[in-house]
Amino acid sequence: MASSTQPARIPGGTDAPKPGTPAAGGVLLSAGDVGRVVDRMAHQLIERAATTDPGAADGGLSALVLVGIPTRGAPLARRLAARIEAFSGTRVDVGTVDITLYRDDLRRRGVRALEPTLLPDAGIDDRLVVLVDDVLYSGRSVRAALDALRDLGRPKAVQLAVLVDRGHRELPIRADFVGKNVPTSRIQQVRVHLTEIDGTDEVLVTEGDGLGTGARSGATRGSEGEAE
Amino acid sequence: MTNYLIKGAKPYGGEAADIFLKDGRIASIGEHLRVPGADVIDAAGLVALPGLVDLHTHLREPGREDAETVETGSRAAALGGFTAVHAMANTDPVADTAGVVEQVWRLGQQAGLVDVVPVGAVTVGLKGERLAELGAMADSAARVRVFSDDGMCVSDPALMRRALEYVKAFDGVVAQHAEEPRLTVGAQMHEGDRSARLGLAGWPAAAEEAIIARDVLLAGHVGARLHVCHVSTAGSVELLRWAKARGVQVTAEVTPHHLLLTDACAEGYDPVFKVNPPLRTAEDVAALRAGLADGTIDAVATDHAPHAVEDKESEWAAARPGMLGLEQALSVVVETMVETGLLDWAGVADRMSVRPAVIGRLTEQGRPLAPGEPANLLLLDPSTRATVDPAALASRSRNSPYAGRELPGRVVATFLRGVPTVLDGKAQK
Amino acid sequence: MKRHLLEAADLDRADATLVLDTAAQIDAALAGREVKKLPTLRGRTVVNLFFEDSTRTRISFELAAKRLSADVINFSAKGSSVSKGESLKDTALTLEAMGSDAIVVRHHASGAPHRLASWVKGSVVNAGDGTHEHPTQALLDAYTIRQRLGRLEGVRVALVGDVLHSRVARSNVGLLHTLGAEVTVVAPPTLVPVGVGSWPVEVSYDLDAVLPKADVVMMLRVQAERMTASFFPSAREYSRRYGLDARRMATLPDDAIVMHPGPMNRGMEIAAEVADSVRSTIVEQVGNGVSVRMAVLYLLLGGRSE
Repeated sequence: MASSTQPARIPGGTDAPKPGTPAAGGVLLSAGDVGRVVDRMAHQLIERAATTDPGAADGGLSALVLVGIPTRGAPLARRLAARIEAFSGTRVDVGTVDITLYRDDLRRRGVRALEPTLLPDAGIDDRLVVLVDDVLYSGRSVRAALDALRDLGRPKAVQLAVLVDRGHRELPIRADFVGKNVPTSRIQQVRVHLTEIDGTDEVLVTEGDGLGTGARSGATRGSEGEAE
Repeated sequence: MTNYLIKGAKPYGGEAADIFLKDGRIASIGEHLRVPGADVIDAAGLVALPGLVDLHTHLREPGREDAETVETGSRAAALGGFTAVHAMANTDPVADTAGVVEQVWRLGQQAGLVDVVPVGAVTVGLKGERLAELGAMADSAARVRVFSDDGMCVSDPALMRRALEYVKAFDGVVAQHAEEPRLTVGAQMHEGDRSARLGLAGWPAAAEEAIIARDVLLAGHVGARLHVCHVSTAGSVELLRWAKARGVQVTAEVTPHHLLLTDACAEGYDPVFKVNPPLRTAEDVAALRAGLADGTIDAVATDHAPHAVEDKESEWAAARPGMLGLEQALSVVVETMVETGLLDWAGVADRMSVRPAVIGRLTEQGRPLAPGEPANLLLLDPSTRATVDPAALASRSRNSPYAGRELPGRVVATFLRGVPTVLDGKAQK
Repeated sequence: MKRHLLEAADLDRADATLVLDTAAQIDAALAGREVKKLPTLRGRTVVNLFFEDSTRTRISFELAAKRLSADVINFSAKGSSVSKGESLKDTALTLEAMGSDAIVVRHHASGAPHRLASWVKGSVVNAGDGTHEHPTQALLDAYTIRQRLGRLEGVRVALVGDVLHSRVARSNVGLLHTLGAEVTVVAPPTLVPVGVGSWPVEVSYDLDAVLPKADVVMMLRVQAERMTASFFPSAREYSRRYGLDARRMATLPDDAIVMHPGPMNRGMEIAAEVADSVRSTIVEQVGNGVSVRMAVLYLLLGGRSE
């Protein structure tokens, strides 16, 4: 069994950009861009926490829990927490929630190895949980994560932070914090690379996911970073 | 009666010759025979052998006509090149009286495809407790000479001794199913590496060998004839060799499946490979082939054991043991003995026709291909190979262990006393 | 992973490790949770087809399937059409026609799950067949060892008791070998199969000689009926030579653990003070059984990589 499901490639197809397509192979965010986007999102999270709980001494940050959705949402959540601490001086709780057992497309995508679900000792009850993921696409991953959270506790509120929102939602879900909005076509792929996993920070857009037009969303996972 | 002129067949695989069959006998054998009015059969390239004689067939009638009848079994036999089969006694009711053996004998006559020679039970109801009326069966119209509790071992040594002695009065023979029952309680397959892994209760070689050792000593002691059914182990071959060297009147048979298949067949737990005695190891197979080649084992006998689908399409332990054999017996012998160079065609005739007929005391079977002899013979095309399709078998059952396996040789024609029971590979009734 | 889990040999090292890792993640994910239920197998139907009474194994599989939100049907052969002569094949085809996605089967005949697997399209999980195998028991045992000792590679396991008739022993020998453990089977010679020489194990008839070198002692259930067939002279003699009592347990290395697949014959193969000692993993094994079976059901039923 494969540890992650890769999309079936059309024979002869490649991930290489097609010449002449404007966005093909384009680097959407460079390493520097990624760092700046994460910093900006950290600031937004600090501001929002303060407005959520105006009277709190720590600006509401002690109520905040950043919960990453594996694979790349997890290091992203840790980075955001680190930046928040750097800017505000306050430690923020971090966790991960594996959504594999909550997915609704197991029949189609096959099984994969599970990743840990780790919550802070204080739990998530009555706290502000911000789900963190790398790419927001159909919204199905977020739906699964919401189901998982429901089984783990009862947060006061749940919000969503994503590095890239590429559109094409299939569920009524929107992000509260977006690093970058990228209009894409369904046949394009958005690939997020993070140093912790991939050795480098960058976000790429490539043409063609090998699955035809819009047949399925979120065809890839893992190194392709389309965690939908 | 139609007379047949067989053109260009090779008797015992030798020089091509014409064989003229007239009035149920071989009238002449020679080159370029011309017989006006005879039906001519082109047999160029075919091997002519005396009609095969099976010492060990289960025809299931009376009792399990859903699995086989005397008629369907006879047809399968004819298609396999047989002109005589010994019908085992473990029917329901058991063939332990003159009445039952005569019934089976008459059914065979009616079918008219092979000589059906009933085997009588040694003990009443195969229970191994007291002797059946062996003399009455011998004196009946069926003229029983072979007695066997096959399926059950005559395990009581005193009873076995008496049976061996008693049948001397009419030149009978006890055909022993050699299996010490206390060593095979619940046994499912050959006891060895595979049974250990598959978790199937083991049937040790020693359970067969212990009975053979005992019985050859008894037969020698009382000067009686003993026949050992379906010998399956290398150790049994050794014991037989030893006993024959000492002058014991012992004969033995091996089945086609024990010449070809091994306990590896049990791997998938498909009960079509469940048989008693069980399939053994490759070393045993080699020893059995060698024993058959050097004459230590006298005969090939099919132990043709038809079973209804529901008795085989089950878990291994619940399935009944046994497999079909009549229609593929000669092909398996060609594959395992002829193509390996262990037996020539005369040897095949000896082990599958001549010696079994002698053991069964059949005077009109197992005779040589020679003028004046009964016209019991078969024509085999040794050059074709075909894949066995159980659905195409004449047997009423489908439990062939050779399903999907390619085997050499095709019986083109079989003649019983000059009458074709098979022509062009098709049964004639 | 293959479509069925019929015997330990169906799992190569990577698959076996994946099952154990998945069970560990499931364990972690459910630890301390109020809602011990996952939606993973919603809409799937798992049939527990039990031709032998085994309440503990059936409940373990039932709980595993239910915690993954599968629909569970318990089909006991007793009092059903099976006892009225319906064949295994007919039963299997009937269950499949009713829409079962997986059949968990316990049968008194070795190989029955293999037959079942040849007749149905869904997955078959062997929950113990005759004297053949019980692969999920071996998986939960391996899981328990790894949990307690932190590894399986090189772990020395003594498998003690009625190896001849034990499906637990066969599965453990296969799986532990796959995972790199070193197994010694210890039993009176009557309870070791002829053919054990082809197994990847050492064989010993002397429990006292083996214990000081064992990291794990796995005691197998010994049925007292065996003595009527002369496998050993008496329960007392068996217990004296092959039973694990406190004196023998004291000869084990400090970290060694004592396992038993249950149900135990206290006083026969295992003394009460051993079963209840801190070395004993017997209660953990039961709990781990649910996690491991969840992992197996998830991996077999979760879908297929195409």
